[in-house]
Amino acid sequence: MIEAWTILLVACDSAIRLSVPLIFACLAGLYSERAGVVDIGLEGKLLVGAFAAGATAAVIPNPWIGLAAAIGTSVVFALIHGFASISQRGNQIVSGVALNVLASGLTAVLGNAWFDQGGRTPQLPASARFNEITLPLAETAAGVPVIGTFYADIISGHSVPVYLAFILVPITAFALYQTRWGLRLRAVGENPAAVDTAGVSVARLRYQAVIVAGILCGMGGAYLAIAQSAGFINDMTAGKGFIALAALIFAKWRPWAALGACLLFGLMDATALRIQGASFPGIGQVPVQAIQALPYIFTVVLLAGFIGRATPPKASGIPYVKDRT
Amino acid sequence: MNDRDLPLWLTAVAIPLVNVAVAFLAAGLVVTLIGESPFEALAIMLRGALGSDYGLGYTLFYTTSYIFTGLAVAVAFHAGHFNIGGEGQALMGGLGAALVALSLPQLPALVLLPLCVIGAALGGTAWAFIPAWLQARRGSHIVITTIMFNFIAGALLVYLLVGPLKMAGSMAPETAKFTDAAILPSIATMTGWFGWTVARSPLNLSLLIALAAAAAVWVLIWHTRLGYRIRTVGANPDAAVYAGISPARVTMIALMLSGGLAGLMATNEILGAQGRLINEFVAGAGFVGIAAALMGRAHPFGIVLASLLFGVLTQGGAELAFEKPRITREMIVVIQGFVILFAGALESLFAERLAALYQRFTVQEA
Repeated sequence: MIEAWTILLVACDSAIRLSVPLIFACLAGLYSERAGVVDIGLEGKLLVGAFAAGATAAVIPNPWIGLAAAIGTSVVFALIHGFASISQRGNQIVSGVALNVLASGLTAVLGNAWFDQGGRTPQLPASARFNEITLPLAETAAGVPVIGTFYADIISGHSVPVYLAFILVPITAFALYQTRWGLRLRAVGENPAAVDTAGVSVARLRYQAVIVAGILCGMGGAYLAIAQSAGFINDMTAGKGFIALAALIFAKWRPWAALGACLLFGLMDATALRIQGASFPGIGQVPVQAIQALPYIFTVVLLAGFIGRATPPKASGIPYVKDRT
Repeated sequence: MNDRDLPLWLTAVAIPLVNVAVAFLAAGLVVTLIGESPFEALAIMLRGALGSDYGLGYTLFYTTSYIFTGLAVAVAFHAGHFNIGGEGQALMGGLGAALVALSLPQLPALVLLPLCVIGAALGGTAWAFIPAWLQARRGSHIVITTIMFNFIAGALLVYLLVGPLKMAGSMAPETAKFTDAAILPSIATMTGWFGWTVARSPLNLSLLIALAAAAAVWVLIWHTRLGYRIRTVGANPDAAVYAGISPARVTMIALMLSGGLAGLMATNEILGAQGRLINEFVAGAGFVGIAAALMGRAHPFGIVLASLLFGVLTQGGAELAFEKPRITREMIVVIQGFVILFAGALESLFAERLAALYQRFTVQEA
């Protein structure tokens, strides 16, 4: 019993760690797509964020400056996407693909040229990273069975960005559903013409959403490079941006559901790491690749409408042209 | 402003060239940022890619892969869809070719090779079938499903190459070597038949298959009834319905053709160069295909030219990385990214300006 509880705690703990970058990227996609700008460039923004954080923290060993650099770089990418898809009315998918390709090339080329370690940034000292913090009373509570260990092992002992990610979920839900800005943001993703008629600038709202997406992806990238790891590694996002996109669809573009989907996908990732080579009674060995592919398979099945229907915001992906109809 | 008012040289030549030039300018800035001279880098790239028959062989080898993936993206474009699944479809094309090659090793080359090529095309087609069906019948967005299918294909191939298809006694994730009958003759061997010696390179018969495919796509899109339907559906699916065309059916056909073309990319890499199925052999060719299709304006002739350019960049980039260790091979990925950005997402940025400039001058002349 105690054994199973310990395994569960460890699994939950690693699931939380693995889901943090997904939560940041997924919320980023949520703001952008709710405002009508499709964002398949999440992966690229996470990657440049991670690189900027790792590279900056290697030069100035302060995690906050690393985080700021990550946010700044990711926002620049977000603004390019915004310019292409809002001002130029370009193809949002093509723009997203371009940013992903650009991010994977630039981080490798610049990383190698600046640090000469094959695209990596140097190993960061503890002072340059977000370290794990122990919440008040965690040590006292650790003695209490179940609730105490839950508090000490699961809730306490994470780095600042982890708490930030989880706090951002209720903030997003509040901003989206309880504020005037949120109402307008959702409206601009469903019926931009109506928002325009009401005298609110469609372009302005969409730029705001795209910038918020940039900020969030920067945070996610910084988490990867200077909290979870001690430096940037080539292609360290490894498809997390696309998993976040899958989670966003899985959550049907809703904040709390997004948290659930990200935790679920994080748990799958944690499981895939743990079951490698393990054999199960009745099933035998489950290939790790099968579990890794699950989020993608889930998303396809969901998109096909076999388990509920995932309907994106109506106007997402469509540039707004004032003088049409 | 309407495209039809502008002459062909402006829309099909000048504007794409300006887009590409801007992309190169941006890439040149990155080189400068690294602390190297962009002009020197360009010279090394051109010399490395075109300066010898050896370099040219590699250049054309890469070009071949890009023609296939570029055509794949273009066929889907004409039907109004964006197939981002080239990576996965090419992987499955490799699987198809390998399954044929490994299961029928006793056949002579003249029978086995065509079957392997068909296997590659069918592998890609099959992998495109599900997203195509989901798009046509269930309305799932092809872009998202093909992205997901790229990852599923990647996971599937790794599973097969470390499991059921792995060569016994080897640690590497790859299949056993194919029989010689399943390997496409290299161009060096073929020219040898005519008494002409060129340097050995992975360049192989696939180049001719790719050029034939480009010609076939040109005929299909502009000179057949099916091509007309594909373009109609791409231009206006609602109008197509009134014309008695089923958009769902045409979508299915176009996307499966697209997948088949992407699958054929494996003939070059797997049947032509590797002689066995290896992991990650597509190496981004699916994404270069997007850049090639955008730059080539979804026209086979343009795609062949754009693929040649990307072939030069890939081979030249390898030479550049060799001579200038500060610039890695990923420089080519940066250039691709800028090409996709400027020729694709920001195409109207310069097009409108150039068009306005052109009209001002023609009005003044008149």
